[in-house]
Amino acid sequence: MEAITTLIIAKYNYWAVILLIVIGLYAMIAKKNLVKKIIGMNIFQTAIILFYVSIGAKRGATLPIIVHAHGDAAHAIHAADYINPLPHVLMLTAIVVSVATLGVALALAMKIYFHYGTLEEDEIQKKIMDREPDKVATSGEHL
Amino acid sequence: MIWQLDLIILLMVVICGISAISIRDLLGSAIMFGAYSFMMCLLWSIMGAVDVSFTEASVGAGVSTVFFVAAVFRTTRRTRD
Amino acid sequence: MKRLGLIAIMVFGGLLFSISFELPDLGDARSPASTHVSPYYIEQAIHDTSVPNVVTAILADYRGYDTLFETAVIFSAGLACFFLLRITDRKAPKARFYRHLATGLTLRVEKGGRLPEDTKEFERIDSAWVPSDVIINMTCRLVVPFIQLFALYVIAHGHHSPGGGFQGGVIFGAAIILYAISNNLRRTLRRTSERTSALLGSGGVIIYLGTGLLCILLGAGFLNYSSLSLVPGLDPVSARSYGILIVEIGVGIAVTAVMVWIYYNLASAGKLDEGL
Repeated sequence: MEAITTLIIAKYNYWAVILLIVIGLYAMIAKKNLVKKIIGMNIFQTAIILFYVSIGAKRGATLPIIVHAHGDAAHAIHAADYINPLPHVLMLTAIVVSVATLGVALALAMKIYFHYGTLEEDEIQKKIMDREPDKVATSGEHL
Repeated sequence: MIWQLDLIILLMVVICGISAISIRDLLGSAIMFGAYSFMMCLLWSIMGAVDVSFTEASVGAGVSTVFFVAAVFRTTRRTRD
Repeated sequence: MKRLGLIAIMVFGGLLFSISFELPDLGDARSPASTHVSPYYIEQAIHDTSVPNVVTAILADYRGYDTLFETAVIFSAGLACFFLLRITDRKAPKARFYRHLATGLTLRVEKGGRLPEDTKEFERIDSAWVPSDVIINMTCRLVVPFIQLFALYVIAHGHHSPGGGFQGGVIFGAAIILYAISNNLRRTLRRTSERTSALLGSGGVIIYLGTGLLCILLGAGFLNYSSLSLVPGLDPVSARSYGILIVEIGVGIAVTAVMVWIYYNLASAGKLDEGL
């Protein structure tokens, strides 16, 4: 029993990451609505970010901001006292890029909606199939 | 890092994530995604990643929800799954 | 399809679960990620750059190239939204709606006709216009300046506390978006036009690049801010601190402009006519 509790405390974040990855991937594969797919993509992204942040966590350490940095400066800085800042830096930029990609993805979804009148994947496919092949090739011109 | 608190918030994160992809209304989905992002930001600030959680609070819970709402407003709320 | 996806995902999740036991324990200070590169950053950042917030120091100095191209990616995302959605042919809409300010009378002007834009008696309104709520309008008008001030504080104080160019830029953009939501898009566009946001977005990236090029001109490597110490009164360490500040301001400007730009295009479906 003791060993199982230790195991859970040591690994539960990774399991949550796996669960979130599975949820996001399921939404991207199985949901037919394009906005739902985009939400799934964002859940996937945050799961990856959570994975990186869990790797950087350190028990008994404080935030990666040096304390009394501009004081007498006579004290030594031990790396074990501060949480690993490197994953935070990588993920900080990843979050801002994720909102930029979200904007592009939503713009694409809106363009598809204006063209086909629906956001459902199967209905879009049906509309493409219904058109004649030569019309499909030139349909991009009169958007 | 307090692991009990951590587990509770992780549970909320998973619930918000599942409901964000299963609600049959895109506006509700967008709002649940905002709640999901905010729970995630709480989790990261507990884990000591203050810069990351600050960014997530402003980006994920703020601006991306607005983008979703704007896109849903311009297209449609209807969804079949 | 749904069932197939579910099976594939179950297999994938099972594989991930089975390797999760090999990963280092949560919060282990002796994990590989915490023992190789990051101790150098934690111990030396304050001596190299005189910035207490290690995350800011790594973001803008040690990994400056990364952040430069990240900013370029954000700018190109704004550009991509513009090219995808913006409709530039100025076809007149089916009908325009005007509201007489004194009486609240609403006019519907059919295709082709329009009132002069600079009239003081009529105001153009959206087709889905509802009477604006005084509480929402007034609250947003009071709150927006404070949000903007806080955004500037976050950018300027990123050296000593959580914050920096990305967060401050997003908050500043959110303040403008809040103004656009609480009033209307046309009024916001008169203050921050599309051209302004595009120019500011590229200007932020150019500030970042220009700082790097200035470092080359002053005789050091690209984005090596210590060469800025040729400015009188600066030693190499504080020159790095000021270099980080300049770069963060550039990032903040770029992020603000791009967020606002994407919002304009998304909320008006590329017409920049009627907003959310």
